[in-house]
Formats: sequence, structure tokens, C-alpha cells
Amino acid sequence: MSRLDLSPAPGAAAPWRRLLTQAAMELRLTLRNGEQLLLTLVIPILLLLAGSRSDRLVGADRPIDTLAPGVLALAILSTSFTSLAIATAFERRYGVLKRLGATPLSRGGLLGGKVLAVVALQIVQFLVLGGLALALGWRPADGATAWLWWLLLSVLGTVAFGGLGLLLAGTVRAEATLALANLVYVLLLVGGGVLLPLDRYPESLRGVLAALPSGALGEGLRDTFMTGSPGTVVVVVLAAWAAVAAVAAGRWFRWE
Amino acid sequence: MEIVDLTMHYGRGAAVVKAVDGLSLTVEAGTVTSILGPNGAGKTTTIETCEGFRRPQSGTVRVLGLDPVADAPRLRARVGVMLQSGGAWLGVRAGEMLRHVAALHAHPLDVDALVERLGMERFARTPYRRLSGGQKQRLSLAMAIVGRPELVFLDEPTAGLDPQSRRATWDLVSELRDHGVTIVLTTHYMDEAQELSDRVHIVDAGRVIASGTPADLVSAGARNSIRLVARPGLDLGGLVAELPEDSTAAEVQPGQYVITTDVDPDVLHRVTGWCAAHDVLPASILVERQSLEDRFLDLTGRELR
Repeated sequence: MSRLDLSPAPGAAAPWRRLLTQAAMELRLTLRNGEQLLLTLVIPILLLLAGSRSDRLVGADRPIDTLAPGVLALAILSTSFTSLAIATAFERRYGVLKRLGATPLSRGGLLGGKVLAVVALQIVQFLVLGGLALALGWRPADGATAWLWWLLLSVLGTVAFGGLGLLLAGTVRAEATLALANLVYVLLLVGGGVLLPLDRYPESLRGVLAALPSGALGEGLRDTFMTGSPGTVVVVVLAAWAAVAAVAAGRWFRWE
Repeated sequence: MEIVDLTMHYGRGAAVVKAVDGLSLTVEAGTVTSILGPNGAGKTTTIETCEGFRRPQSGTVRVLGLDPVADAPRLRARVGVMLQSGGAWLGVRAGEMLRHVAALHAHPLDVDALVERLGMERFARTPYRRLSGGQKQRLSLAMAIVGRPELVFLDEPTAGLDPQSRRATWDLVSELRDHGVTIVLTTHYMDEAQELSDRVHIVDAGRVIASGTPADLVSAGARNSIRLVARPGLDLGGLVAELPEDSTAAEVQPGQYVITTDVDPDVLHRVTGWCAAHDVLPASILVERQSLEDRFLDLTGRELR
């Protein structure tokens, strides 16, 4: 008990330390959460394994070349939208945001911690899913520019979906966020142009799908890895979603 | 810390509820101050305004000389907060959560020593969702003080605790005060306010209706009494004449007398002296001093809320 010196000695830890502490905690909690791992890793892995053998579904000579970029797009959707929204909604509901708001962490640190945790998880996803796809015979387009495009599209997609996820978590009840975030994941997975090329959808839907962030991200990554670069329209659409989602989340997100 | 004329209300139009209605109080550094009041008196709203979670709708609040909302970044490291409920991820282990909050501070308490002090070893590795109410309370208290703040807000720190844990919490609060930490706590337990506080503010319907030390508040109320059980039919007129002015005596039931007076040792001596002089052997003499609870009920009324 002599080690317990109760005299005041207030002070905040260094900003980088607070940020890393918070990010590590968020990442640990996500990795501990089975439902989140199902969405972020298990389902994408199963889709890769099942889809790489199904040329009827994907409709190409080499289904894995079409499917792998789609699965990487799905990984971004699952982490930055569904997982982030659900986790944040329950942090809000259970007073975690309020509690941490009363520590030296600050709101900037909270947000920064989330961004770092999402990025870290996406790197894990990329290594696991990309590695598996390569093992299954995926041949991405050659050249450094393809990877630069991949990086840009991933960042834009993360900002767009992350902004939308925070907007959802910060405005509606936690239970509603849980239901909606999962529903959106499933709907976009099946019919949002993430996994399958737009030319597999009815012609009347293609315009709408191309304007969705899911369709733009999926199509952009497919073009990038199959031809070396995405179309201009896709980049513009995704950038617009990223800008709108970030501004909307900043405007309407409520911490409590 | 200073609150001047704070007013906070919820809802709008005809449904406006004033949670806090022109409340003013001051807290001196290095003291334990209790905000005591019935449920719905505005205690939590007041304390959350001091913590910077709510912006005053009118009036001013200064904490450590700073504005709790505008200067929040500077205050967060200096002020410890215990929320009334929640505040942790469901999947986080108790010890892990405490360590996390500690790591956000520059010179935190030794986490292991604090865990030991609060008897948290047994559940330090238990996920938050499986903690009992009392265990959550202890974790919440630990999170409030682990950053070694100079000012601590405790919102109902012992609600739902068993007697041993309450006592341990009280000991810790006293010890923090002895080390120079300023503590503001809300409670609706009179014994807690009476035992712990240097100063008590009784709050009802959003305003302070009485302030002072626990002793001040008690002695400002109705006077104390001596309850005497002896043979029936005694004439106490002669005794009352020997007691301080305004003393009264009545035989409330045959053989049971209540002497209402300012009780002190000298008064008690006079009562027993009178008994000796009149050959009265009381079956019991009970000195009834008013408790803070009586005073509280006198002030806030006895009806349920």
C-alpha cells in the first residue's frame, strides 16, 4: 500500500502516446469480437474460396482476377463502415465516449485512435486476403501505378464509408445502428456492385450502382488490378462520397 | 470551484422541465463537499455541467478558475470524473480498462497498488459485461482517481455498494482529502454526507436550500430532546424552570416524557440531578440528537418523489 501515493500529480500523457494507447485498445477489442471478425475476415475468405471456383457467378475466364479486387473492396466496406459503425454506436450507448471524453484523450484522440485501428485492421485484411488470392492464382496488373491507384482508392473508400459509418452511429440508437450496418453490408455485398462487376447486373441498374460508393470502389479496384488504372468517373464519384460523408459526419455526429 | 445562478432545463414549450433553477454554490480547495438531495433534485445535471458535459444555459460555472466547456482540454488532465453508470466497453477487462485510463495520464497512480487497495484483484481479469454493480462502481471510482487529479467529481460513489465497500470508499475519499485533493460528491445518503463532508449543500428542485458543515445544518434545525421513561404522573414544571429558556417538557404517554431543549452535558446533569432530588429512578434516559436525515426531511419534505 505504500506504493499508493494519493497526492495530486495531474498531467496528460504525450499526445502520440494517448493516440497509440487508444488505437491499440480499439484494435484489441475488435480482434476479440467474434462477430466483427466474421464480417471483416471470415466472410471475405469464404467468398474468395467459393468464388474462385465459380466462373458462372463471376463470369470470366479467370474468376479470381475479377473476384480478388472485389473482396478487397468488401474488406474496406466491412471495416470502415459496418465494424466502425457498430463499435462506435455501442461506445456511445454505454458511455465509453463520455468516459473517455473526460480523460486527457480528447475527441481528436478518440477519432485518431479509430482511424489508426481501422487502418491497422485493413492492413491485416489486405495481407491475409491478398495473400490468399495470390495463392489461389490471382494475377494483379503489373506496375507501381496500379498499387498507387489501389492506395488512393482505398483511402477514399475508407473515408467515404468511415464517414457514413460514424454518421449512422452518431445519429441513431445503437440497436438500430447494429441492424442497419449489417443490413447495408449484406445488401451492398449482394447488390451493391462491390463483389461482382457492374456488367453482371441488369443494364437499368448499372448507372445507379456506379454512383454508389460501393459500386465505385469495387469497379475502381477491378479496373486497377485488371487494366492498371481506374476510370476517371469512378475516382470522382468516390472522392465526392468521401467529401460529403466526412462533412456530414463532422456536422451531425453526436458524441452522446 | 464556483457555480453562480446556474439554470438548466430540458424539453421545450409547455413540457419544459427545469432541472436546475438558479443554483449557486462554492467549493473550497482541499475540502470534501457533498451535494445532497432527493432523486431528481438536479444533482447530476449540476455536476455534469461542472465536468463540461453540458453547457450552462444561464449562469456561470468556473472550475479551478477555468470554464469547463471552453477550457476542457486544459481541465481534463486535472479533474477526475466518476460517472453514475457505464463508461467502459462491454468486452474490456476491468484491469485493462483501468490501465488504459492510467496510460492517458502523465503520472498515474500505480495501477497494481490501486487494484489492491480497492479489492479489485478478484475481478481484474473479468470482462466488464460480467461485473456486478458494486464491482463496476469500484472500477469507476478507480478510473476517476488513477490520473492523480487535483479535483474529483464523484456522482453517487456508493450507490448500490455493500457496507464494507461503502466504508472502503469513504476511507479512500478521506485519504484523498488528506493528501490535498478536492472532492465534490453527490449523494442521497445522509450518513455519507454527514461522515465525509466538510461542507454540505442540500439541493432540492434545482436550487440550494441549505448549506453548511454537517454540524451547522443539524444544529440549525429543530432542537434536540431527552426522552425519559419513569413512573407516570411526574410534575416536570420545576425541572423545566432550571433548564435553558424555551425548554419544554411533556408526558407523551403515561410514564414517557419528552423534554425538548438544547441538550448539552450540563442540561443532562440537571435532569439527573432533578431525578435524584425527587427520588425518581428513570428506566431509561435517551438523548435524541437530530441527525442530518431529520434536517434533510424537514427541509425537503417527507413525500415520495
